[in-house]
Amino acid sequence: MAGVADAPRGGWRTATVVTTDQPVARAVRLRLDVADRMDHLPGQHYVVRLTAPDGYTAQRSYSIASAPGDPLVELCIERLDDGEVSTYLADVAEPGDEIEVRGPIGGWFVWDCATPALLVAGGFGVVPLVSMLRTAHVLDRVDLLRVAASARTLAELPYADELAAAGALIALSREGRGIRPAGRLSDADLVPLWEPDQTAYVCGSASFAEAASQLVVAMGFPTGRVRVERFGPSGS
Amino acid sequence: MTTPTRGFFGRRRERDPRLPPGQYDVGNDWPVLTAEPSPRIVPETWSITVDGKVANPSSWTWDEAHKLPPSEYRGAIHCVTTWSKFDTWFAGVSVDTLLEVAGPTAEAAFVMATSKTGYTTNLPLADVTGGKAWVVWEFDGKPLPIEHGGPVRLLVPHLYFWKSAKWVTRLTLMARDQPGFWEQNGYHDRGDPWREQRYQGD
Repeated sequence: MAGVADAPRGGWRTATVVTTDQPVARAVRLRLDVADRMDHLPGQHYVVRLTAPDGYTAQRSYSIASAPGDPLVELCIERLDDGEVSTYLADVAEPGDEIEVRGPIGGWFVWDCATPALLVAGGFGVVPLVSMLRTAHVLDRVDLLRVAASARTLAELPYADELAAAGALIALSREGRGIRPAGRLSDADLVPLWEPDQTAYVCGSASFAEAASQLVVAMGFPTGRVRVERFGPSGS
Repeated sequence: MTTPTRGFFGRRRERDPRLPPGQYDVGNDWPVLTAEPSPRIVPETWSITVDGKVANPSSWTWDEAHKLPPSEYRGAIHCVTTWSKFDTWFAGVSVDTLLEVAGPTAEAAFVMATSKTGYTTNLPLADVTGGKAWVVWEFDGKPLPIEHGGPVRLLVPHLYFWKSAKWVTRLTLMARDQPGFWEQNGYHDRGDPWREQRYQGD
């Protein structure tokens, strides 16, 4: 199993918050101007570090939603009620604030922009996939990507409009959508998205990622062609 | 010290001295972070091999490993994603026991741990000897869950937890260091949480 060996790797930088908004409930989307930025590959992440007046720090990793060519770095973060960093970013941070970031980081959950990929995400797991989709648009290679996004309801799915416009399959467990009845993501959803030589990228909570990656393995993907990014209240 | 972030005060003022810098106490949770699908491994088909720069390349089946002198670890584990978990209890066998049989040669200085999935991670030999590393199959007195590396994982609790390879099947001793999976992907070759060796260059 080999990732992208020469994936860009950036050090600590100062980021200035340019805009914040709340695209779905319990979320904050930040657009950051990162000084002296190293461009990322779609799928990579940044670390955000907050420092208290007494020097105490808290840091968490967040996937990048923007494409590499975007002049700003876009993060879309789930606000966890007991979160220490996500509550600050959602409730306190405002345009003009400076925060420390480190990135881009990661060489495994990275799309090479040249080979076919099946992208499968649950909830906020769509964020790195949005970066992949936006990059594919810029490169005019959307044909390489097949996307499935899962959430409880459409209103809870970040980037739902953008995903739907890109032709993503949207699987909602609590409500029907079009001819698809409410239900968890299943092999019936994923099999039609299969193409030869795909690499699968699965991103979501630990339980979603476990279930979805097992679905993909059951479809016949060799485990070496399944890249998984798991996060959760504690792991993200 | 870095400039404070406007409006950030942090929640945790009482800092547990067992917490390495930049880590927080995750409490009773145990987050799962894995880059690949979890493999389904039947214990009866699992084995652990010690090879490379050793006098006697050796393998142990599930039953054979369970007949080795038992050893356990009680204490903290630290993940590079900044959570730490205290008062864990793992049981299995000390890596020292396996190395006593295999017999590292004079030039052995590093270890590559390999998982059933192909995941690899590299460690200095000194970090897996002297009672610092285990091959474990129990957590809290119960079989180690699949998502946490069951049936058997490596445990090197004094380093960040990506070094504790899940689903471990092979320890290969090497004369020279080579980067493993995360180490090729930007993470540190040693990963000492007390020195915050998270990424290459730290």
